[in-house]
Amino acid sequence: MKRRDFLKSTAVFVSGATLSLSALEILEPGEVLAANPDLRWGFLVDTYKCVGCGFCVKACKIENEIPLDAKVTRTWVERYVMTKEGKIWIDSPMGGLNGFTSKEMDENAAGMEKIADGDITKAFFVPKLCNHCSNPPCVQVCPVGATYQTADGVVLVDRTWCIGCGYCIMGCPYGARFFHPVVHTADKCTFCYHRITKGGNTACAQACPFGARRIGNLRDPRDPVAKAVLNQRVGILREEFGTNPNAYYIGLDKEVR
Amino acid sequence: MVEHVAHMLVHGEAWTVKDLFVLPNEYVYWSIQIVLYPYMTGLVAGAFVLSSLYHVFGVEKLKNIARFALVFSFALLPVAMMPLLLHLQQPFRGIHVLMTPHFTSAISAFGIVFLTYAFIVGTEIWFVYRKFIVESLMRLESTTNRSAGEGLLLLIYKLLSLGARDISDEALEADHKACKFMAALGIPVACFLHGYAGFIFGSVKANALWMTPLMPVIFIMSAVVSGIALCIVSYYLFMELRKWAAKRGKNFFLPDAVAHGSAAVNYEHLRSVQDHEVKMTSKYLLIFMTLALTLEMLDMIFRGYTAVRSWDALRQVIYHKDFAKIFIMQYGIGNVLPFIMLLVPGVTVRRAALASVLVLFGVFMMRWNVVIGGQAFSLSFKGFMDYVMPIIPHDMETFKEGLGGALLVGVTPFIIFYFINMIFPAFMEDKSPNH
Repeated sequence: MKRRDFLKSTAVFVSGATLSLSALEILEPGEVLAANPDLRWGFLVDTYKCVGCGFCVKACKIENEIPLDAKVTRTWVERYVMTKEGKIWIDSPMGGLNGFTSKEMDENAAGMEKIADGDITKAFFVPKLCNHCSNPPCVQVCPVGATYQTADGVVLVDRTWCIGCGYCIMGCPYGARFFHPVVHTADKCTFCYHRITKGGNTACAQACPFGARRIGNLRDPRDPVAKAVLNQRVGILREEFGTNPNAYYIGLDKEVR
Repeated sequence: MVEHVAHMLVHGEAWTVKDLFVLPNEYVYWSIQIVLYPYMTGLVAGAFVLSSLYHVFGVEKLKNIARFALVFSFALLPVAMMPLLLHLQQPFRGIHVLMTPHFTSAISAFGIVFLTYAFIVGTEIWFVYRKFIVESLMRLESTTNRSAGEGLLLLIYKLLSLGARDISDEALEADHKACKFMAALGIPVACFLHGYAGFIFGSVKANALWMTPLMPVIFIMSAVVSGIALCIVSYYLFMELRKWAAKRGKNFFLPDAVAHGSAAVNYEHLRSVQDHEVKMTSKYLLIFMTLALTLEMLDMIFRGYTAVRSWDALRQVIYHKDFAKIFIMQYGIGNVLPFIMLLVPGVTVRRAALASVLVLFGVFMMRWNVVIGGQAFSLSFKGFMDYVMPIIPHDMETFKEGLGGALLVGVTPFIIFYFINMIFPAFMEDKSPNH
């Protein structure tokens, strides 16, 4: 073969191969999965509707067998009170299990704080639960893979495999995790996976008398939660950690973290 | 299964005091055992680095303490794992970390790094002591009426020799080369072992105090500092014990006297060796202390200067809540004071040993201030938590995560060392020029 012919046929081959290969697209398995529009569980909290009754906390504890008197909880309600001097008071006694019936703020070792009604500029309640992050640090740090993410985006713990090192509890920026006082493994909100996968509602959302808590499918544009996330001004907690939470908040104040 | 008992204590509640607003699930989950984990790992790594100074870089002056440091590092090794097991809520599942490691987690590499390191230290000890093993083996075999203890020792040496009984000059030369190689390989692995312990903390993005890329480097430096300090202190103490035993002929404290006869151990000689080694080692201690302190200061200044959102809470902890623990106990008593003690001319063995005790205390406080201090503020930055160490345990948990568990971890290496020293005499002096 002459050099001219060799170069010619090489040029033809390369351009031909480039053209035909450009028709193909290399896809990551993750991309394919992400493009799957079927199911992605998400949660919507309307903080304007929450009155701090604590029914959600109670319902969650009973449904998910977390001892009522144990000072840990899968979901909790925080009370925020801001005063004229710019002070911020926050409390969540027993995670708000028994509702906020007293005007005194429980500041733990600092004691109870009574704030005069006239000093208050604004006050509100914020229910919290696991954010079931798309990029969950707890799953990343588990040394044995006992905590994992399901295909529909729920982060769960395998109680038969957890070694109880507490690294996931340390890794969660939301304080959503704790050690189960009876099982002695890491524990957290499951979005009531045993209910929602059978078409049911989460215990907390069902117990909420005001519709402040809702679970839904973020991939379904007709789903009320997905609609609200798309159409309304919603916030997420601590986005600086890059966890991509899937719990959205309507009426999120800047002081809420 | 909802249980209605008087009050169900959750993990962490017994020793956590909350102040102002703390999230309901927040407790000091990582307590004294996790303070001890990097502390013990640091001692292991530091002791090994000290022994390598002689084996690799040929710092002849450290010859005697190097051998001791190596054996002591081996005795400390199983203890580095103890706090981890003691703090697990499911200790019997601890093996899962080795069996089903989840490699995105920093902890999952622990098994691999730890076992690699154990293998290297074990191999190096074997090469260092091979001649001694074979000699003891021959000596014990030639004795006709062996006591039960000697019989057991013979069996141990037989197993340890792995059938290699060649102690010709060429074989010993090969041993020496292998030993040097293992020591050289051991330095990066030791640094990795401990740098990696720092990474476990430094990579927790949720924790404002822990998250810094400097954490692994700070941990390595303080590891070397604490390792050297512990070697000085224990070397000093063991030599005191040996001097005491040599004077009175108490040979059960002197395994090398058992091996080579009482004449091999001479009081005056011991005194001069101790004096020389302790003083030399304390010079290296000073160098690493300077490095460690510089890095820690850099971290502190950087945090204050950049003052990101978490700084308000961190400042509260550093300058108010933990002021005494950080500036008085850690930096004052644990750094500045021993630094001056070692710098003032005319350092004596006793002063060097005392300074080393203070350094050990300082490094312990550093671990405490990192691990407990990192949990001293709430994720909300609106409240604080305090760890009150359980002194008198009322159940297994308060024992493990309290003073009892800490003492158990602190004492174990010395017990292990006592027995290992029976087999590998750490204070044996080798007259050959190689080692």
